[in-house]
Amino acid sequence: MNRVASIASNTFREAVRDRVLYNLIGFALLMVGASLLVGQISIGIERNVVINLGLTAVSLFGLVIAVFIGIGLVSKEIEKKTLYTILSRPVRRWEFILGKFGGLVATLVVNTFFMALGIFAAVFYLAHHFEHADAYLLVALYFIILQFVLITALALLFSAFSSPLLSAVFAFALFIIGTFAQDLRGFAAMVHGVPGWIAIAAAYVVPNFAALNVISTVAHDQPIAGSLVLYNTLYVLLYSAAAVAGAMLIFEHRNLK
Amino acid sequence: MPAIETFGLEKTYTVGFWRKRPRCALRPLNLAVEEGEVFGYLGPNGAGKTTTLKLLMGLVYPTAGSARILGLPVNDPRVKAQIGFLPEQPYFYDYLTARELLEYYAQLSAVEARDRSRRVDAVLNRVGLNDVGGVQLRKFSKGMLQRVGIAQAILHDPKLVFLDEPMSGLDPIGRREVRDLMESLKQEGKTIFFSTHILSDAEALCDRVAILHKGELRSIGVIADLTSSVRGKVEVMWQGSVIPPGVRSLTAECHQTGEMARAIIAEDQLDSTIDALRRANLKLISVTPVRATLEDYFVEKLSPAEVAAR
Repeated sequence: MNRVASIASNTFREAVRDRVLYNLIGFALLMVGASLLVGQISIGIERNVVINLGLTAVSLFGLVIAVFIGIGLVSKEIEKKTLYTILSRPVRRWEFILGKFGGLVATLVVNTFFMALGIFAAVFYLAHHFEHADAYLLVALYFIILQFVLITALALLFSAFSSPLLSAVFAFALFIIGTFAQDLRGFAAMVHGVPGWIAIAAAYVVPNFAALNVISTVAHDQPIAGSLVLYNTLYVLLYSAAAVAGAMLIFEHRNLK
Repeated sequence: MPAIETFGLEKTYTVGFWRKRPRCALRPLNLAVEEGEVFGYLGPNGAGKTTTLKLLMGLVYPTAGSARILGLPVNDPRVKAQIGFLPEQPYFYDYLTARELLEYYAQLSAVEARDRSRRVDAVLNRVGLNDVGGVQLRKFSKGMLQRVGIAQAILHDPKLVFLDEPMSGLDPIGRREVRDLMESLKQEGKTIFFSTHILSDAEALCDRVAILHKGELRSIGVIADLTSSVRGKVEVMWQGSVIPPGVRSLTAECHQTGEMARAIIAEDQLDSTIDALRRANLKLISVTPVRATLEDYFVEKLSPAEVAAR
């Protein structure tokens, strides 16, 4: 596991030195500024708007970073031949994939932490104190991190066998489809026969990003059920494990031309 | 036990998008490199040298055949711990400093934590980069990157070092330094397998060479044995500024300097050349045998059509 940790640590270092973090800290500061504006133009729903806007921005920025770094995790290393000096050492291919995945997830967690500070600062600025309902923000942020884990695993899976551009298209397409996963399941329940079976299969194969989006609930100060936290955690762990295992399997058999 | 052995090692790639067709990069290769040997793997660009190295590093999988390094299959982690590899025109993480990069590689090579710093210092010193260990690699020249590449290949004190075109892109001083470094590795008893298309490097360093062309092994052996099979040549020098037609018709290698002229001809054409000089009333000065070089052998091993194509 030392080798996996070393690769993860180097992936994290690469992302940090790529100035991604600094852009996001800048974004967090922008959020604080936006809350001042919102306070001036809305009456009674400032908090709702700040939370909605803030969490959505954290989610979207993080997803873009996850996809764009994730798709290059493997292909960039092959293209630049840096992988050759890694795999000629006692490093197994699956260790490389796992390390890359861990490094990017760690980067996204740190990014989310800094962006979350921005949101909490904006919320505090509005009310000049924290409320009990602010704790729900933590759950929403946790779900956003779960989204990042899922999309990182998918981007990694695609990057193990296709070009960066196609990987980005696949990953974003799956994210968009996944945000409508609940609708797809509803549709599947209404269709019968062979089309119904196909719809059910499709509805359960696409990643359920819809279940991970509780931004609106949290913005209205409503609590999140503990069972949903447990379900989503298990779902993301299993789905990501399957995607990363798929990436490992493909990469294990790949010729590094 | 040979350090490297290949048994019918073969690689065919599939090329084309719509109409896929096979392209043979390496025809069945049977090779044995002994421990402590400096082995040159020669061939023109596209001969299959890099493919062979990638097969030996486990970066691509063979279509047929197998290879063993130090008696073990190439993908065995015990093998990887004992080998170092410098890829052709290496590129490293340019956001890292040379020291950070080497520490990272030391971790991956399972160098003990307490030894890492000392090893990194020693290897930086050995390749002459100790003054710039803290500089990010994006600021390094091509020659400096090549030295970093060599440093990472020998960092963990491997038994066997694979170098893919180690002198490529280096200036004469850089080439000399790499050559000296390879000499010192040889003195330490390391086995060196290096590919090159620069024949003078191979002549200066190798115990044995293999010549590869279009994915096929053409020859293998000690350089002196290989070059001894090349048709002998002699240099004939005479007084006078005239090159008689009888000599010019035998060779294209005729030169004239002041009151002297010389021609390099095949040994078996010596009598005809001397006759031609006599007929022209020219005074013969000397006849000197010319030692065949690896380049002569290399050119002779390629078919005339291939030589013309090059």
